Amino acid sequence: MTDVRAFLRDYGGPPVRLMEVCGTHTAQIARCGIPGMLSPAIRLISGPGCPVCVTVTAYLDRLVALCMEPDTTVLTFGDLMRVRGSRRSLNDAKAAGGRVRMLYSPMDALKLARENPGRLYVFAAVGFETTAPVYAMLLERAESEGIGNLKLLTSLKTMPPVIEWICTNQGGVDGFLAPGHVSVITGSRIFKPLSDRFGLPFVVAGFEGEQILAAVYALVRLRGKKKVLNLYRSVVTERGNETAQQAVRRYFEPCGAAWRGMGIIPGSGMILRPEYARFDAGSAGLDEDRGFDARCLCAKVLTGAIAPTSCPMFGCECTPRTPRGACMISQEGSCYNYFVNGRGPQ
Amino acid sequence: MCVALSGKVVSVNGRRATVAFSGNLVEAEAGLVRVKPGDRVLVHAGCILQVLSEDEGRELEELYRELEEVL
Repeated sequence: MTDVRAFLRDYGGPPVRLMEVCGTHTAQIARCGIPGMLSPAIRLISGPGCPVCVTVTAYLDRLVALCMEPDTTVLTFGDLMRVRGSRRSLNDAKAAGGRVRMLYSPMDALKLARENPGRLYVFAAVGFETTAPVYAMLLERAESEGIGNLKLLTSLKTMPPVIEWICTNQGGVDGFLAPGHVSVITGSRIFKPLSDRFGLPFVVAGFEGEQILAAVYALVRLRGKKKVLNLYRSVVTERGNETAQQAVRRYFEPCGAAWRGMGIIPGSGMILRPEYARFDAGSAGLDEDRGFDARCLCAKVLTGAIAPTSCPMFGCECTPRTPRGACMISQEGSCYNYFVNGRGPQ
Repeated sequence: MCVALSGKVVSVNGRRATVAFSGNLVEAEAGLVRVKPGDRVLVHAGCILQVLSEDEGRELEELYRELEEVL
């Protein structure tokens, strides 16, 4: 470990830009002070790894509209409550009489739906490959129990197409810290086609500081080589959790999805299959992204085009207390993590 | 949002399992992977995603050895 730290601190080779595409990695990199341990020639940049941050306003507006319907309650994870749509956030809507409940697990929705059959519950099904199987389990249980008053408003996204988008449209990345918990489900093999096509290394990493450092070390050493390396072998295999993959395929099919800052990326989303349309609360076509502060540079932060500190509102008008954009609201957002951990522009 | 924590399975009841996280007991869905009491598992949003391999404690050491071999 001492050798790894010394190598990363003293590295004097060609400049290396490495991107992480997992919000939990973003948070841990800042929390552990990893950028401060690296040579100035090694630069870590955050990509679109926070599902809340990449959610477009049309989806949030639909949630707000649903929660204002008299017989409907919107259920959500906490982070989504504060993110504004084109006019209001779920928190604003709740203050105005909307019915919104925050849940720890989508599975908790079953009990609510069972106990209140006259009320419609809509879960805000946001997330990447990690969370999609949880929604599949929820639907399986709702189906087997004959629960008819539970629906999903989906904004599910998948990693490979957005990584492809970054490599094709932006470039400037020498390697990817592959998302650990996405890989638990998909397996490390999902990154192989991208690695081959773009000639880049992908290293699947865990979330402890040492695991992230090891992954950064591997990526620097593998610069310029096409290779997928799994350094999170306690839970990640090459093929992933195939039961979970089957469960997701049973209920969902690929679709184009809108990402903040990137527009619609073909095949980057998942939507309920037509045979399960009865569980859908109107997820299709929620692609518009408008109405947020024009000075907010979240869209550029999300693609790694600029560091959060390059946004003129960062740290003055936009702080976790007075957030102007989703990246400062979500605890996995780049701006939030740069701010609370005092991370500089590197 | 992809945060997942590891805990230990205390008991299993059909497709539900009770998982201990530092002494706190939490009910989790166990439909995605077979679990038994004593297993260390990774839980995300109330759902068990994977069983941790038994040699997890030695993983870091192995990880560096592997790195040296591969790089």
